Amino acid sequence: MILNYLGNFALLFCLIISLVIFITSISCLNNKNFFLKKNLNELLFFKFFFAVLSFSSLIILFIISEFSNETVLNNSHISKPLFYKISGTWGNHEGSLLLWLLVLTFFAFFYYLNSKNRPTDERLLTILFQEVIILGFLFFLLKASNPFNIIYPVPKEGLGLNPILQDPLLAIHPPVLYLGYVTTSIVFSSSLAGLIKGNINNLWAKDIKKWVFISWTFLTLGILLGSIWAYYELGWGGFWFWDPVENISLMPWLSLTALVHCVLALEKRSILHSWTVILSIITFTLGICGTFLVRSGILNSVHTFANDPERGLYILFFLFFLIFLSVFIYFIYEDKFELNNKNLNLYTKETSIILNNWFVMYFLSVILIGTVYPIFLEVLSNEKISVGPPFFNKLIIPFLIPFLIFMSIGPNLKWTKNNYFSKKLKLIIIFILSIILSTLVSKFFGNSALNITILLAASFYLFIITIKDLIKKGFKNYSQTISHFGFSLLVLSILLNSIFSNEITSNMRVGDEIKFSDKIIKLQKLENTTEANFLKLIAYFKIEEKNKTELVLEPEIRIYDKPETITSEAAIKTDIFKDRFLVINLVKENEYLNVRYQEKPFMLWIWISAIIISLGGIINIFKKNEKQIL
Amino acid sequence: MKNRYYKYSIVIFLIFTFFIFYYGLKEKNFYTPEDISIKKFPNLILNDFYTNTKTSFDDILIGSNYYLVNIWASWCLPCREEHPYLVQLKKNLSIKIIGINYKDKRDNALKFLDEYDNPYSVILNDNNGTASIEIGAYGVPESFILNTEKKIIKKIIGPIDKKKFNEIKKLIKK
Repeated sequence: MILNYLGNFALLFCLIISLVIFITSISCLNNKNFFLKKNLNELLFFKFFFAVLSFSSLIILFIISEFSNETVLNNSHISKPLFYKISGTWGNHEGSLLLWLLVLTFFAFFYYLNSKNRPTDERLLTILFQEVIILGFLFFLLKASNPFNIIYPVPKEGLGLNPILQDPLLAIHPPVLYLGYVTTSIVFSSSLAGLIKGNINNLWAKDIKKWVFISWTFLTLGILLGSIWAYYELGWGGFWFWDPVENISLMPWLSLTALVHCVLALEKRSILHSWTVILSIITFTLGICGTFLVRSGILNSVHTFANDPERGLYILFFLFFLIFLSVFIYFIYEDKFELNNKNLNLYTKETSIILNNWFVMYFLSVILIGTVYPIFLEVLSNEKISVGPPFFNKLIIPFLIPFLIFMSIGPNLKWTKNNYFSKKLKLIIIFILSIILSTLVSKFFGNSALNITILLAASFYLFIITIKDLIKKGFKNYSQTISHFGFSLLVLSILLNSIFSNEITSNMRVGDEIKFSDKIIKLQKLENTTEANFLKLIAYFKIEEKNKTELVLEPEIRIYDKPETITSEAAIKTDIFKDRFLVINLVKENEYLNVRYQEKPFMLWIWISAIIISLGGIINIFKKNEKQIL
Repeated sequence: MKNRYYKYSIVIFLIFTFFIFYYGLKEKNFYTPEDISIKKFPNLILNDFYTNTKTSFDDILIGSNYYLVNIWASWCLPCREEHPYLVQLKKNLSIKIIGINYKDKRDNALKFLDEYDNPYSVILNDNNGTASIEIGAYGVPESFILNTEKKIIKKIIGPIDKKKFNEIKKLIKK
């Protein structure tokens, strides 16, 4: 009970300190001696401390199942395993916002400690913008989604955590994603501060680069974890569904990817100032926009745990406040860029980075339109539609081909001047080689659609060239090469996966068997067991293949009682080149099961390649700053 | 000049987007799928508060599109707070309100109803509190809103306040 008050008061203290920092940093901007730097340091630390206090009280409330707390009541349950009691803390709207606040305060503190080589007024301004964001979240937490609401009389039992959220992956997916989102706020604040002070230059880029890479790496990993979760837990047999929420997490990633390239160009060549600032703004506002779309219930998907329009309204106002703030600041201070009109040669790294930006912007707008178009249509004409995978596939896949080719050539071009095309022959040979390779692959597996073959050729091209670079360049700029190699592997695995996936669906009773190419799938027996907080129905399947060992798959159906939900746990056998995926569903008022068996090649490689991509980012974070190449 | 136009158009576009989102929020829950797991209200047999005759819920839950089953007691302070809302619900909306009097003394309960008005169409006795547990209540007060098919479409733990009252209103008007 007392923890409820402790958490709440810690939040209030956070608010007070935040206001103090806000006001003093404004007065500091005019009079720098007014406020000692050390004080700000301490204040930021105390704010972080109170956020930790508040968050840990919520965690303890969850652990001891204190149902006088409304958040605990709605999202926990006595019989839940301890691990999920803890992860339940951020598996709901209020708790996840508190986590968001915690990370925000931490990074504000961390930024201030690590930016001593920046001009004081730029740091102050950055903290000021950061404080605006933190205040927004604090007001929202205290006003519309307080995690410490008290219920009286105290109920004896909680309502339980949504079972599909009871998964170890989902315990770490949101925190990792949040780390990514929140670091973009530092990039956002710092770029606005730099814009106002006219500090956007190569030195600024050098300092902010680390933050960009940190957030990019976390976002990549966060999306990967979410995607793995969707594959194993939702049992839909895929890893990406163009679900609104997935799109929302992908959009900031795309603009951040473009930003990564721009920051590098700004650092090395002092170009693309406005691109960098605009992309910083876009990335962060897309993150908040995502929060709005997911949390307000304006879109519905697996992630919508709070359908409260009042909350949505608050986030909407906050979102547009930030958007207008940054847009006006941009318009006013736009002229402050230190522009040096360098001539852009066609065959240079600069050009390929700009090309990359435009491609990414195109992908971004396709996804953005696909995600919010249903809302526009609904409001304007009352018509309800949902945009599905065909839309995205049609608009994105054709443009992926030139994108991949530019991606293979671009990194090998030099800044300003270029002598790469003297080695034209090698490039052409590799290109022909990849066309032959892709034709062979397509022919061999009996798929002869032209566009797929070309796409395959383009990704083979990128794949071979990045491998060549990896071997040839060795440790020079290897973070970039690794990420690009990972990306080519990702595209390749996704392609091969989607071309060669095979599946069969059938209704089966115990003892039935079905044929699938050269295999026989048998349903041997069913078994019921009782677990801590759910009932389990296990089906034992045997898959016999000629000349090969038998494989037993044991998919499950789980029936949770708090709240009453049925989930399907797919049985997945992962091999290096192929995943075998079996999921069962209950058919209402029938004794048979609905069985879906899939063979999905290269699933493992999709995960591996995403890890390789983020590895490139991690290497860059820990890499010592190289000497300036100008 | 050109520069200024592009600034204006960006701002106008953003304002437009804002209003689309704003009105999008008002249209609630576009794609909410029908919840098929909704529980049916158990058919219990309890004694009538006034006549003390055995009455089953099946006999009471007829003749209205919505029902509100409210568990209350005269000793329960939050019940006093929520009572005016029940009276208002009764006055303004076509909802049949059924009271379950939970572990209460008859005299006190009668006094309570005299003092605060009686919004209930029927009141049933739950002297030992078993029926309330069977319904799935956590405590007093608690309310269940049922539709014509006697399915629980909403459960309110704790007293009905202004916010909950508006939610109920919205639910019924839908």
